[in-house]
Amino acid sequence: MNRSFIARNPSVLVFLGCLALFTLCVTVFSEGAGVGGISTSFIKTLGKTLCLCLVAIAMDLIWGYCGILSLGHFAFFGIGGYMIGMWLMYARTELIVEASLAQNDIPPTAQEVIDGIGTQIFGVVGSSDFPVIWIFADSLVMQLMLVLIVPAVLAGVFGWLAFRSRVTGVYLSILTQAMTLALALYLFQNDSGLRGNNGLSGLQNLPGVEAPQSLVSLWFFWGSAFALGVGYILASMIIAGKFGSVIRGIRDNEARVRFLGYSVESFKLMLFVVTAMIAAIAGALYYPQAGIINPAEIAPIASIYLAVWVAIGGRGRLYGAVLGAAFVSLLSTWFTGGQVPSVNLGIYTIDWVDWWQIILGLSFVFVTLFAPKGIGGLFDILTKKGRSS
Amino acid sequence: MSMNTLLEVSGVSVSFDGFKAINNLSFQIGPAELRAVIGPNGAGKTTFMDIVTGKTRPDEGRILWGEKSVSLLNMSEAQIARAGVGRKFQKPTVFETQTVRENLMMALKNKRDWWAVLTFKPRSNDFDRIQKVAQEIGLAEQLDRVAAELSHGQKQWLEIGMLLAQEPRLLLVDEPAAGMTPEEREHTTALLVEAAKTRAVVVVEHDMEFVRRLNCKVTVLHEGAVLAEGALDHVTANPDVIDVYLGR
Repeated sequence: MNRSFIARNPSVLVFLGCLALFTLCVTVFSEGAGVGGISTSFIKTLGKTLCLCLVAIAMDLIWGYCGILSLGHFAFFGIGGYMIGMWLMYARTELIVEASLAQNDIPPTAQEVIDGIGTQIFGVVGSSDFPVIWIFADSLVMQLMLVLIVPAVLAGVFGWLAFRSRVTGVYLSILTQAMTLALALYLFQNDSGLRGNNGLSGLQNLPGVEAPQSLVSLWFFWGSAFALGVGYILASMIIAGKFGSVIRGIRDNEARVRFLGYSVESFKLMLFVVTAMIAAIAGALYYPQAGIINPAEIAPIASIYLAVWVAIGGRGRLYGAVLGAAFVSLLSTWFTGGQVPSVNLGIYTIDWVDWWQIILGLSFVFVTLFAPKGIGGLFDILTKKGRSS
Repeated sequence: MSMNTLLEVSGVSVSFDGFKAINNLSFQIGPAELRAVIGPNGAGKTTFMDIVTGKTRPDEGRILWGEKSVSLLNMSEAQIARAGVGRKFQKPTVFETQTVRENLMMALKNKRDWWAVLTFKPRSNDFDRIQKVAQEIGLAEQLDRVAAELSHGQKQWLEIGMLLAQEPRLLLVDEPAAGMTPEEREHTTALLVEAAKTRAVVVVEHDMEFVRRLNCKVTVLHEGAVLAEGALDHVTANPDVIDVYLGR
């Protein structure tokens, strides 16, 4: 009973081992630091996949363990991306503007530099003034803090209102989806202050860093692997103890937990906020690897995909969420990347870009009906335990 | 409110869509007392429990609690539970996907706020308390089993055990003997009688035979109000009670 945390949860050690081994292999075969063999763009894909695994862990905590089907966690993911993207874009544009103004005979004033940056960034939406939300954009530290603060405040206010009114089940899902849609629609506007549907771009370049992309991509890959490892350990610790018992209790019978004397609302709120922050960290690591973020990324369909990944991987177990996110998102990249040859059947040509959506939809239905434990359920069969957590 | 009263319900009424489920009901119980509440279907037994535990808000009336006579009306379900009111539901409601130990650990009286729960490390004292409760309810050998695997009767006991672990001052028990075998009933009776030595226990029951075994004061509810109160033989001799139970 008093054994160490790792001893009680051997799967955590197995997971961390696999993650470390994977990171090592990718590093060895990378172009930036190894012998080559894995292209830089594929390293970025793998790094992004690790970020998706991290947000899937957040989704599994809130949905698989606490029973709250949030269709808003990809919005928090996107907010994280926007917050770090603001600094990346500002700092890089600042360097470019300074370099171009330095060719003038008279040294530029600070105001001229700022005006130049403003024109560069906001010219595309017909403006040159900095919106008030860019007030901290010149500070990496501040923007990193905002990566956590903005989603936490949004999730906190939203969750407080929703949970306090005891909105549950499908109604809560609809509410979170409405929040996500409202946010996406707002960001689509040109005067939202975040460049409307152009989004933020050029995020793959680290301002002031001369290293080639082959190396930068590897740094972000390592960062993503580290974040996933830490996130996995944290999530395992949250669910292993009494807190995990209480949130699983809330999932299975909320009223009973209340009559035990636990304030169900505060547990839900706390978990909602923490998972929103985990999602935002994942997003802040993802978008510098993607290079661009725009409001379409936040659209509700993204959050629905997230739920599908977790369902296919097996909700209620962390490695299930990770496997589901990795497996489905990599397959999705493959099918929609145009690399899979179309199948010509004579009268009809199967185009995988379109058909992938149908395959994904069918497998979701299949998993829900016939294999509710998802891919993770296979491990039960292999280890012959068959007990759900 | 006298020194010997733990819970005092007075003049409570509640109606649902015009139907008066509870009608000017008054009820008192002392700090260490066993009480059976009986009544025909629709008499308001479950609604009465809902009101005391904060699930249903009454339209009028007072509910006072403890030595300081605090009103329970402004408290949430969780706050009322923390104040010392435990409730057992009619259907056994244990957390099926969790082990007996996890169920009991969750119920065990400890701090309930999320930070205390997140940082909670069970001490040997906690394990001892769980062991003791598990022995009382006859589940000491089953601590590591998932609750879903238990028999119906064992689930009932686990729920009673969770209530004991919660260390409430008032225990509200809804039809504990439903679906139990005769031996299981006997065990349950013993548990409740034992529990009532140190706390107030209110048992809502249909089954007169079971009430007779409890051997305690009985409150008869009818149409949301108290019809009679006293020893079982006394109330069963009451013409109104006979009318309600056997008449029509």
